[in-house]
Amino acid sequence: MFSLKSNGTTIIKRILTTKILFKSYSTSSNVTVTRNDKYSQVTEEDISYFKSILEEGGVITDKDDLRMYNTDWMNKYKGNSKVALRPKTTEQISAILKHCHSRSLAVVPQGGNTGLVGGSVPVFDEVILSLGLMNKIEKVDQSSGVVTCQAGVVLETLDHHLSRFGYTVPVDLGAKGSCQIGGNVSTNAGGIRLLRYGSLHANVLGIEAVLADGTVLDNLSCLRKDNTGYDMKHVFIGSEGSLGVITRVSLLTPPRPTSVNVAMFGCKDFASVLVALQRAKTELGEILSAFEFLDRKSMDKVVAHGKAKDPLSESHDFYFLIETSGSNKDHDKAKLDLFLENILAAEVVSDGVVAENVTQATDIWKVRETIPEALQKAGAVYKYDLSLPLSHFYKIVEVMQDRLGDKATAMGYGHVGDGNVHLNISAPSYSKEIYDIIEPFVYEYVAEQRGSISA
Amino acid sequence: MALRILVPIKRVIDYAVKIRVRPDKRGIETANVKMSMNPFDEIAVEEALRLKEKGVAKEVMVVTVGSKACQETLRTALAMGADQAIHVEHDSDVIEPIGVASVLHKISLKHTPNLILLGKQAIDDDCNQTGQMLAGMLKWPQGTFISKVTVDKEKGVEIDRETDSGSESLSLSLPAVLTCDLRLNEPRYAKLQNIMKAKKMEVQKTTPKELGVDMSPRLEIVQVNEPPKREGGVKVKSVDEVVAKIKGA
Repeated sequence: MFSLKSNGTTIIKRILTTKILFKSYSTSSNVTVTRNDKYSQVTEEDISYFKSILEEGGVITDKDDLRMYNTDWMNKYKGNSKVALRPKTTEQISAILKHCHSRSLAVVPQGGNTGLVGGSVPVFDEVILSLGLMNKIEKVDQSSGVVTCQAGVVLETLDHHLSRFGYTVPVDLGAKGSCQIGGNVSTNAGGIRLLRYGSLHANVLGIEAVLADGTVLDNLSCLRKDNTGYDMKHVFIGSEGSLGVITRVSLLTPPRPTSVNVAMFGCKDFASVLVALQRAKTELGEILSAFEFLDRKSMDKVVAHGKAKDPLSESHDFYFLIETSGSNKDHDKAKLDLFLENILAAEVVSDGVVAENVTQATDIWKVRETIPEALQKAGAVYKYDLSLPLSHFYKIVEVMQDRLGDKATAMGYGHVGDGNVHLNISAPSYSKEIYDIIEPFVYEYVAEQRGSISA
Repeated sequence: MALRILVPIKRVIDYAVKIRVRPDKRGIETANVKMSMNPFDEIAVEEALRLKEKGVAKEVMVVTVGSKACQETLRTALAMGADQAIHVEHDSDVIEPIGVASVLHKISLKHTPNLILLGKQAIDDDCNQTGQMLAGMLKWPQGTFISKVTVDKEKGVEIDRETDSGSESLSLSLPAVLTCDLRLNEPRYAKLQNIMKAKKMEVQKTTPKELGVDMSPRLEIVQVNEPPKREGGVKVKSVDEVVAKIKGA
């Protein structure tokens, strides 16, 4: 998805066109797409060829087995691919793509298939290239913290491996148990620690990718500084598989914090959340590692669908979660205590709780991280991942709710520390009426504020 | 009724931490490892606070035996809502249940609680002895592994306790010693206002020597080892192969 750099109606039209190309032919969309016949269809010969390069179990053609590859996590987009491939090496991927290129077969690369916008599943019958078996962690450099691994390594697995060396992954998101590092890099995933460690553009040192014609592009450097030539990895980061399939990544990882604190607070208005954010940045400074926000409606959904419990004893209109990470427990506690004393005295928050052990810390995070799952269970959900200036961060939710009336519920949560709001609209079922209320208004609103429709 | 409840608590390696054996194999690595209140002790504190909220108890006192660092565990209990905290300072790697029970015995004689709630066991040594020993020293009835407790003016204490074959119901007269099991309750979070209040509260200090207790260990840990790594399983293709493998071929 492309961010808006200028405003005007021409940009809106371009966005709609882009959307149509990626939108799927499914019950949830109101756009019909036709298959481009420039692309061939998969034949038995193709399947035989794939079977000749991949090991036993590497070629999946059974309709039932294909279901999970053809369907996205939200069960909203359903493709119709006849074959999923599970290579184990870069060479196998190169051979596969070379063949598909010569046969004009469309391919969709797929990592953990945890994406929420239908980008990881076929639109029609594209060959699914699953990176799931490319899961070797090749090397961790103990002194620099640089890790080299294949693209199919699950993020959480990578983090556990790094913990043995005293390091941690710089990116963290709710899907960590299933998402893969290759997918994270291809989509330039932000996550909950961007505030502290920066984006993947700051942490990826090198990439190995296979281009559409099978050419292997080895840009896998482990160097912190290298100004020779064009820095191609940055073009691949966030390219969503449109330039090539990322097969290996070398990642700079930060030292694992030995002291972590998690706390959750309730506020009476959004302005207080912004005041707290400012104070957190100033008073917690370098130990602040996450500042996440959710509104009352998001909390209600999480509690209603049993994914987590509300840690606060009363209901509040706005909530935020703070995490600190550092290397000195006493120093961090002193900073946190002072911060808490100050926000309480200044009445920035109405209530708050602090986790006293790791289990409580995990439970507080669960409140924020299981919102997408809870919304899934609640019915139909329209999701928008927006970047907006902080003054409009929550206004979009209020404005959208006004437009929807009682037809649906609009709610907001997300990385307020980065100006990135997850606008979600929850309705009993998908309908054209609700869709038309939301789009294209949401895009026009974001364009007007010079924000981004894909944070 | 107005019970005075004493809740002994212990600072242990956090339940969620992956523990490692020290290189000298004499114990578990505790340097730079997250420490927290023993989860079963948290449950005991929570139950004491609930009894206070029900009007059955008028005071909740927490006590711990250990180094200076244990004060933060007392602060956590105070932040949950305890009224008084006592720190029995004892700087040693090894603190055994019999020593702790002896200390608690002396503390009980001094502070006269009529109900003592402990966690059933500490998750670092899994001894499951302190509560039982203390009851013996005080000559009080004991209800262990409780999953439910109600206090009645006439009947004393009614408990459900967990056993391998199901739940057992018992009545005990007061004063009594109870040890708490997992299903008794879900401990509360420490609220911001209470955390601030707890910081200013005074912690009473004493030592085993002052109480006349000898804490010398009676056991020596000779060696600590990790459990053997789980070996991979093997898939076989026929029943005959299974038999051959079992026979140790």
